[in-house]
Amino acid sequence: MQETVTTIAVTGSASSSSRGGERWRVIARNIFPFVVVGTIWEIVAWAGVFPHRLFPTLEEVALSFVQLTIAGILPHHAIQTVIRLLTGFALAAAIGVTIGVLMGRSRRAEDIFLPLVSIGAPIPGLAYAPLFLLWFGLGNVSAVLLVGFVAAFPIIFNSWTGVKAVKEIWVRSAQSMGADDRRMFRHVILPGALPYILTGLRLGLAQAWRVLVAIEMLAAVPWGLGWMIFGAREFLNTDVMMAGIAVIGIIGLTLEKLVFQKIEDYTVVRWGMVAA
Amino acid sequence: MTDNGQRARSLLRAAVTLTAAACVYELLARSGYFAAALLPTLATIAQTLIASLADGSMIEHAVFTLYRVMFGFCLAVVVGLPLGILMARFRAVEGFFLPLVSALMPIPSFALVPLFMLWFGIGNLTTILIVFYAATFPMLFNTWSGVRSVNPIWLRAAGAMGADEHSLFWKVIIPGASPFIITGMRQSFWRAWIAVVGAEMIAASDWGLGWVIFDAKEFLNTDLMLAALVVIGGIGYLFERMVFGSLERATIQRWGMSRVAKG
Repeated sequence: MQETVTTIAVTGSASSSSRGGERWRVIARNIFPFVVVGTIWEIVAWAGVFPHRLFPTLEEVALSFVQLTIAGILPHHAIQTVIRLLTGFALAAAIGVTIGVLMGRSRRAEDIFLPLVSIGAPIPGLAYAPLFLLWFGLGNVSAVLLVGFVAAFPIIFNSWTGVKAVKEIWVRSAQSMGADDRRMFRHVILPGALPYILTGLRLGLAQAWRVLVAIEMLAAVPWGLGWMIFGAREFLNTDVMMAGIAVIGIIGLTLEKLVFQKIEDYTVVRWGMVAA
Repeated sequence: MTDNGQRARSLLRAAVTLTAAACVYELLARSGYFAAALLPTLATIAQTLIASLADGSMIEHAVFTLYRVMFGFCLAVVVGLPLGILMARFRAVEGFFLPLVSALMPIPSFALVPLFMLWFGIGNLTTILIVFYAATFPMLFNTWSGVRSVNPIWLRAAGAMGADEHSLFWKVIIPGASPFIITGMRQSFWRAWIAVVGAEMIAASDWGLGWVIFDAKEFLNTDLMLAALVVIGGIGYLFERMVFGSLERATIQRWGMSRVAKG
């Protein structure tokens, strides 16, 4: 995911620095593949190779997208999904960073948590889903807890690695200059570990997003994009499904590009920890 | 010597932690505070695991899951590897596929499960295609950035020494990009493994480890669920550490390129 964003950013900056005509050329070049694929799709849909209900034309998808948006159904689903994602992710971030930093700072915490985390991590998050459903019931609680649980692993691992990777010489020079524990943590450990922590948060959010869509299908939540797509299957509403998938893609891209790129620009890039 | 001592000590501590965690779990399970069906004791889980391995049902589920994940993963390598190389070598291919890939990548594979179920029905085909979708992108991207990041000096040096296209490709580009390609395989297998469990749950076919877990929920067979979790974790660990770990050690580390792979 990271690579995509950089390439898009690269093309973006290249176009803005040159003349307007060049910018249009770049946009046209980026749109061209979609036009080709769209045309093929339309031809296949119109030719009736597949049953029409299962393979709607793009106009129908766009139409149901617009209708659902105006009726407020699609935004409602999307908002519920995003709230669930953010709640679960906030949970994971709070717990994950705490445990990770503790593991990095204290030998004892590392001994306690590392075996547990190493055992839990290689199991795909969704495999826990039925277990969570049994323990916490169908609905929101299970979904949020599972999202938080799954997202916590990369955050823990990266925070731990980050704190361990803080240069020994920085810690020692801060110590010799008389920094107490609090200052040391705030001014040395935290900034030093932040690039890793941010990477962990980013990975955690990506995992949370992937799991959330699936758990919404399984947990029978009343609203949510995953549920909307899954429910649409029952009525063969392929156009509604595709509109939902499009929204899921847009949210995923927005989270990645707007949220994390900005945070990185404001913190680690500004501090000169990583190259801009 | 000290390294060994350190290792033994952390192993011991890990064992102590895990024993403590197991004791806490066992106490909770036996306290009767929670329903026994929801929180089976460790002995019950072990019993279920051994019984299901002995009668072969768990092994059969695992074989089905492995078949799906391998099929999808191989498909992803067969498509992702050449396409990644082509994208890196030819601007036209890159210009066409990059926008498409960038648009598809943020869509989680599970979002496509209902659509694929409508199109391809329930069963192997849907699961394999979901695995394929999930595994292709890491493969494609790592190959693409690997080939692009081959040191241009190597290319020019080989060219100056009179290497033709063919030997340039096989002797310089492929070895140069291999750390990225192997990392891509590792990542894409991991994605495939996550996808197969989820796809088996949602697009319930009748065999597979994901399906076992989901089906056991209906009958409150928590012990069977946990046993299947153990098998899933075990297989995942085996591939991650043994297969891909030793592949990396045999290639990248031996060639002294592990620094490149991380960057």
